[in-house]
Amino acid sequence: MRMPKKYFQQEAETMPVEEIKKIQDEKLVKQVKYVYDNVKYYRDLMDKKGVKPEDIKSTADLHKLPFLKKDDLREAYPYGLLATDLNKCVRIHSTSGTTGKRVVAFYTQNDIDMWEECTARALVAAGATEEDVVQVCYGYGLFTGGSGIHGGSHKVGCLTLPMSSGNTDRQIQFMMDLNSTILCCTPSYAAYLGENLKEKGYKPEDNKLKAGIFGAEPWTEEMRRDIEKALGIKAYDIYGLTEISGPGVAFECEEQKGMHINEDHFIAEIIDPDTGEVLPEGTKGELVFTSLDKEAFPLIRYRTRDICILSREKCSCGRTFVRMTKPMGRSDDMMIIRGVNVFPSQIETVLLNCGYAPNYQIILDRVNNSDTFDINVEMGTEDFSDTPKEITKREKKLQDAMKAMLGINPKVHLLAPKSIPRSEGKAVRLIDNRKRYGITI
Amino acid sequence: MAVKQISIFVENKEGKLVTITDSIAKANVDIRAMSVADTQDFGIFRLIVTEPEKALEALQSSGCFVSITKVVGVSIPDEPGSLAKIVKILARHNINIEYMYAFITVSKKYASVVLRVADNEAAEKILVENGVKLLEEKDIADM
Repeated sequence: MRMPKKYFQQEAETMPVEEIKKIQDEKLVKQVKYVYDNVKYYRDLMDKKGVKPEDIKSTADLHKLPFLKKDDLREAYPYGLLATDLNKCVRIHSTSGTTGKRVVAFYTQNDIDMWEECTARALVAAGATEEDVVQVCYGYGLFTGGSGIHGGSHKVGCLTLPMSSGNTDRQIQFMMDLNSTILCCTPSYAAYLGENLKEKGYKPEDNKLKAGIFGAEPWTEEMRRDIEKALGIKAYDIYGLTEISGPGVAFECEEQKGMHINEDHFIAEIIDPDTGEVLPEGTKGELVFTSLDKEAFPLIRYRTRDICILSREKCSCGRTFVRMTKPMGRSDDMMIIRGVNVFPSQIETVLLNCGYAPNYQIILDRVNNSDTFDINVEMGTEDFSDTPKEITKREKKLQDAMKAMLGINPKVHLLAPKSIPRSEGKAVRLIDNRKRYGITI
Repeated sequence: MAVKQISIFVENKEGKLVTITDSIAKANVDIRAMSVADTQDFGIFRLIVTEPEKALEALQSSGCFVSITKVVGVSIPDEPGSLAKIVKILARHNINIEYMYAFITVSKKYASVVLRVADNEAAEKILVENGVKLLEEKDIADM
């Protein structure tokens, strides 16, 4: 047996910090000019701020550039932020927007390659070699989770099982029969698989798994330990967002102390979410990304709304890339439910479309390491019915409309008018009981 | 002709029934009959009372989600086969019964049946044509 490679791209992943800085300086100057020349939307933002590409001479000038927010992506939907000919694009991925309009991200083949190299780095950091069997049970499709890891797994040369999400019996059958060694899914699904294996009488040592790469939703150190114990593996965190590419923007190494950001492709900043001011390293604030190599959908200073801390403390794994903590919160009202981004405004849009006033309450909880999602909705006085069948039918209709908008299925409960408790006249919109388990997003 | 039924939407929560029964009691309204339909989350309470408007007002002012539903009331002899007879009449005329419930009065000679159908007038017409005695609001108050 050969010694497994420790890095997928050693030169990039372990280059001296000064070298990273130099590469970022060069790429930023080029990227800003490229975006200014090709993306009218961002050119207008720069012009409005009075910044020209010539003003950006290094990463020290980054703070002069305007931010991009999720609202900008929605406003520019679908082609407004596209920097290249549509002919050069080979794929799209998409994520939910704030009021129903989705965010569509475009990829050229080079963009896909860069992204897959990032996920390949994450896989190798988790111990992947060409001898591994990678079971991908992230969803495939518009969601970036499935195809992102899938592509990285190909690049490493692993045998890839494109399972997609769901169908737990089949997941377990393939895991046991095909000897999966690396599991990729949301942490809650990993926990769920662990419970199912146990129910079927398997012990943690019965499977061949050695590692798991889990992301797309918040999880705690306690959950990590539970999953590691239940599956007999080492569990690695991964971070990413469709707007910037997908999973693999940052990934965890064997130290399990924060995720290394792929700084040869992305610049990370931490800002004060209220003032937009750049904060010094080690300060908690909102994470902002600038993509350096993207061709189709290059975003400059994109505000992730994720709150975290960056650290450049030396890592024993040898990687020199800056590390980010797990997101500790959000600077907007987005919730992550079963790995899916959900905004209260989307729920309000569905209610209005279905003829209900936006008097509702979202109740989130965690049962057996997976999220429960209930929406209580007040009926209007005219919605009265004397038959439960009719009310249940309306609940189902509203639930289907929510599913269509959000991509996940809440349980909708219709309530009597004015039955949602109001404090100072305003109803409490969200009760997140997951906080008890340390889940803060 | 139809009879007024008080329908109340009740969440499956502690104390809800107390609120309902208390406010009816305080309004000094008598309950003649009662039926409940429930799901896991909520129930619908259906009441036939002596003074529906008074009950409605009392329930509304105590914050209940309540409405008056017009239903068909019939009076039938309290003997075997009476209920079967009216159900058959309606079935023969393709009138679907959404729900029904019955109650007997002190006299014990007659039973009263409450029927919820889509079209009250059509059902009533057919029942009358077949010799069934319909109940009126005042019949209920006088029981």
